[in-house]
Amino acid sequence: MAEYTLKVRRYQPESGEGPYWEEFQVDLDPSLSVLDGILQAKDRDDGSLAVRCSCRAAICGSCGMKVNGSSTLGCKTMLGEAHEAANRRREADAAPPRGSDEQPPPGSANGSAANPIVVEPMGNMPVIKDLITDMESTHWEKIRRVTPWLLPHGNPPEREYVVEPESMIDITQSMACIQCGACVSSCLSMEADPGFIGPAALAKAYRFVGDPRDAETKERLHDLAHDPHGIYDCTHCFSCIDACPKGVAPMDQIMRLRRKAGEEGIEDPNNGHNHEAAFIKIIEKKGTLDEALLLQESYAPGVKGKLKPTKSAIKGLLGSIPTVIRAFKTGKARSLSKLIPGVHPKLPDGAQDEVKAIYAHAEEHREEFNLYIKGEEDVEPEPDEREVETA
Amino acid sequence: MKLAYWPGCVSRGFTSELHGSMALVAERLGIELVELDRANCCGAGVIAEHNQELADTLNARTFALAQETGLAMMNICSTCQGAQSECQQRLDADSSYRAHINEVLSGQGLAYEKGKDGFTNKNFLWVLVEDYGLDQLAAKVQRPLSGLRVGPFYGCYVVRPKERLGYDEFPERDLYLEKVIEALGGEVVEYDGARKCCGFPVITMNRETSLRQSGTHVGDAIDAGADCLVTPCPLCHLNLDMQQPEAAKVVNRDLGLAVLHLPQLVGLALGYEPKQLGMSKHIASTGLVEERLAGVPA
Repeated sequence: MAEYTLKVRRYQPESGEGPYWEEFQVDLDPSLSVLDGILQAKDRDDGSLAVRCSCRAAICGSCGMKVNGSSTLGCKTMLGEAHEAANRRREADAAPPRGSDEQPPPGSANGSAANPIVVEPMGNMPVIKDLITDMESTHWEKIRRVTPWLLPHGNPPEREYVVEPESMIDITQSMACIQCGACVSSCLSMEADPGFIGPAALAKAYRFVGDPRDAETKERLHDLAHDPHGIYDCTHCFSCIDACPKGVAPMDQIMRLRRKAGEEGIEDPNNGHNHEAAFIKIIEKKGTLDEALLLQESYAPGVKGKLKPTKSAIKGLLGSIPTVIRAFKTGKARSLSKLIPGVHPKLPDGAQDEVKAIYAHAEEHREEFNLYIKGEEDVEPEPDEREVETA
Repeated sequence: MKLAYWPGCVSRGFTSELHGSMALVAERLGIELVELDRANCCGAGVIAEHNQELADTLNARTFALAQETGLAMMNICSTCQGAQSECQQRLDADSSYRAHINEVLSGQGLAYEKGKDGFTNKNFLWVLVEDYGLDQLAAKVQRPLSGLRVGPFYGCYVVRPKERLGYDEFPERDLYLEKVIEALGGEVVEYDGARKCCGFPVITMNRETSLRQSGTHVGDAIDAGADCLVTPCPLCHLNLDMQQPEAAKVVNRDLGLAVLHLPQLVGLALGYEPKQLGMSKHIASTGLVEERLAGVPA
């Protein structure tokens, strides 16, 4: 048993007051969860402390919350590890969470003064009460937005669909989602653009895009690529990968959607496909990035040959001009290679040919090594396991 | 200390002041850098998004070139770190996949070998704290950054995903910028955006989202009293510094906060002048930083 201080961000709408912090002392084993701590505080100190939970075993996905600023499940975060995380930088004191106007006061755990474990409702969602958020507008509505059901060919078969097991492996990772909303809570794109369809819904979209029984693959991809808040609105911050308690890695599923959209040759008004195609072509030709050429080609591919930039592309290109002028003025972009697309040098001494050879090989080879499915080999057995083996 | 050095593309492009200041700083720290001038772009996640095998092969080539030197590898770009670590994780996970990739490299007389000579690829920030040592760094300081209030800005690719980026072994990697700032005599400014996204990856796809992110973080740092930000990522630098006047329009407020590359901040403490470190090339004025340090003799 150890004593921990939970510092909980509370909000009671019926009081008419704004949110406030309240500390609770709990006395539990370090291997028990933050949710267990909250339930003990609710039981012993204040029955009005509101939290949503059910299975307490990371299966139902009800207790999404932020612990020390990280989005997670309360039942999957151990008190001991949360305490350690809260105190990793004791001497300088971690920043108070957004919205708090004081430094976390010293609490007590294991008999010594320590930072409390900070517990907050999920982010990017309206708070209903204490740790309970409204997931309707920020999660469920977006899930419905991606048509989360199978759209098969023709009439359903008389009995079950029969597919090769191998063809379903690719989507098992996205199927592991328990709809807890931790990824939505952590999403940094959604923080800047609440309209972003978001990690949970896009991972769900891949679950059907990758399903061999679905007949609307191209339509789904076209829809998600064309939406300004779709697959090209993900800013690649990895937050959802760290937040997900089930290893779904939603960002990886979004990248798979982009890959499939590219393979289908879907052009989009967001310059997503153009940007990707330009980037890849430039590295094949130059080995390192020709920034001037990337800027031009992302907006207006083939400007030297057949000029067919879209209206939004012209706007984007014009919009970048003030930035380039400023960079010219300070000397940041005063060399020819930074101003004129295509001047950037190739890699030296035959190295560019080596890169080209890799590209040539890759045209025929597109193996996707999925660690979620294949796992790591060559893992040395733990010492105690080794003893068991030899015994 | 001698390291195989991958500067990345942007440090020799739009942020050439980064590459230049790294060279100066390495010299004064006594770190010898063997530049991998035949190595290729890491793909910044974009190539992997298109064809994972292509990205893995390109980065295996870079690792193989580094391994030829027999030295540990260092990069100066969070994005290179993240993109390369992602490929390295797949390559290291499975010997048959590694053999498959090495088949392509064998035509070029190259091979990537897992763990060869204890091979590592680390950002300059990680090298400073884990290998060079903060005490040794502090001992080299000629102009303590006293009175300079610095906000750290990490860049997503060196803080997430934790499992891939070695946080099991080094759990404090997301606190290193604070440690370095303190070792150089500066004052750490805590603000909301230190470990958030600068928005750069979507600048050509959703300019509004992108600039709202950079503008918000710069604004938060100003409100917290920062004199400047420091970042180990040149792509973050582009969105936080080069795009700052545009970001100011999106968040509808005055900004104007210097954003230093990590080697520039170290360089100032080692006694180099701002101009030598290329700070005059920045878009956001570094005047306040220079003013704060004017009273401290080099």
